[in-house]
Amino acid sequence: MKYSLFSLAANTLTKHKNWKPALVDAHPKAKYDAIVIGGGGHGLATAYYLAREFGLTNVAVLEKGAIGLGNVGRNTTIVRSNYLLPQNGVFYQHALSQWETLEKELNYNVMVSQRGVVNLFHSDAQRDAFARRGNAMRLSGADAELLGRDKVQKMMPFLDFDNARFPIMGALLQKTGGTVRHDAVAWGYARAASELGVDIIQNCEVTGFEISNGRATGVQTTRGTILSEKIGISVAGNSSMLAQMGGFRLPIESHLLQAFVTEAVKPLIPNVITFGAGHFYVSQSDKGGLVFGGDLDGYNSYAQRGGIYTLRDVVESGMAIMPMIGRIKLLRSWGGTVDMSMDGSPIIDRAPVEGIFVNAGWCYGGFKATPAAGLSFAHLIARDEPHKIAKAYTLNRFASGHIIDEKGQGAQPNLH
Amino acid sequence: MRINCPYCGNRDVAEFSSMGEEPAKRPDPQQADAQTAFVDYVYLRNNPAGPNKELWYHGQGCRQWLRVNRNTLSHKILGVSLAAGGDQNGK
Repeated sequence: MKYSLFSLAANTLTKHKNWKPALVDAHPKAKYDAIVIGGGGHGLATAYYLAREFGLTNVAVLEKGAIGLGNVGRNTTIVRSNYLLPQNGVFYQHALSQWETLEKELNYNVMVSQRGVVNLFHSDAQRDAFARRGNAMRLSGADAELLGRDKVQKMMPFLDFDNARFPIMGALLQKTGGTVRHDAVAWGYARAASELGVDIIQNCEVTGFEISNGRATGVQTTRGTILSEKIGISVAGNSSMLAQMGGFRLPIESHLLQAFVTEAVKPLIPNVITFGAGHFYVSQSDKGGLVFGGDLDGYNSYAQRGGIYTLRDVVESGMAIMPMIGRIKLLRSWGGTVDMSMDGSPIIDRAPVEGIFVNAGWCYGGFKATPAAGLSFAHLIARDEPHKIAKAYTLNRFASGHIIDEKGQGAQPNLH
Repeated sequence: MRINCPYCGNRDVAEFSSMGEEPAKRPDPQQADAQTAFVDYVYLRNNPAGPNKELWYHGQGCRQWLRVNRNTLSHKILGVSLAAGGDQNGK
């Protein structure tokens, strides 16, 4: 059913009793042309683009729980493309351009809000670095504007400009960045994929691969064996576990990232703000809560819950730029398991086992990449060659030396 | 999470930093497949969901490297020993 003002009016007349479910709760068939493991944002987007762009509709998405309960519903909803390296810049700018038209394409309100992303800087050296980053962004097709202190003060008078340790000297602004309602993205893609004939199978956990003569021919699941010649793994956080089932290892560690939300207050923060001297990013949801996050807890974890010391660190960073939040009450915190790759950049490539494809290693940045990751992964699965925007995201870049290390931290995932 | 340091006793995790899972033995640069072996050594991880043998540094305590066996699903510490003076089997 197409959502429109007309369908809303028609359903109002029948007292909203005739709305149909947004997606079909499918049962697994014996064989598919392609299987996508993982019903998160990336997996659902991949299935959607397989059907929509590449004509593969005999596709299953296998989700061990219910769709949208993993990282797609656990992030801080920020979308941006402010990357320094061209491999990332071009990819994330493509994603941002897809976000701009996604609602119309999916006929679903995902609440794309291009309210601007502001990266504050606090020293002369950091201004130079941000100016360089802004220039790199423009070369990749993104928009970037370097703001002086007075302009930032006009936009956000509540910031602590004269902080003794980290005075705010200005900011790098990406006007087209902003936020997107994250779980709506999962639902929008799921509904659109389901309408194109994709089977979205929930409560179906993959427990192993069917491999014969070095080639994957299907998956074993808690709901029986399902055959397919093409299997995509898109299970951020658990990528290494699926790789282990396939008999290979990945350049990934699973880490813990927490996010926090406060009680709802009146409109306060007009855009997305990031602290340049620590790790803190904040925006205000449409409900009114301040949504913010910071660093990883720093150790390997699959637990989806973190420690208080990280909260303390994040809140201290927040207080350093906006002391007013000291009086607001924290409502909820939660943790997600993220795939931290060895260079801080993702992997969209064939696995060492023929027939298996891997979409993994998204670190903190998976949500904003969802449309482009889905499109690129679908391209790789359908055509067996990488999409032009994701050519650099190979597995063998670690062997060949073509690593994409935005922060220059080396193979130490908890520092990316 | 608290780690029972052999020198300092039971301390909060915030005093420590994790270096991740303990790598396999460093390959011999002279061996025939040294290139592949080093790529594996530097970049690939087992990343288990469950007990994981890790190296931790007690930076805000005794500044010793520790071998910590820790469950990554529950954060339960299963064993701690000093990294110095022992091989990977704790000998």
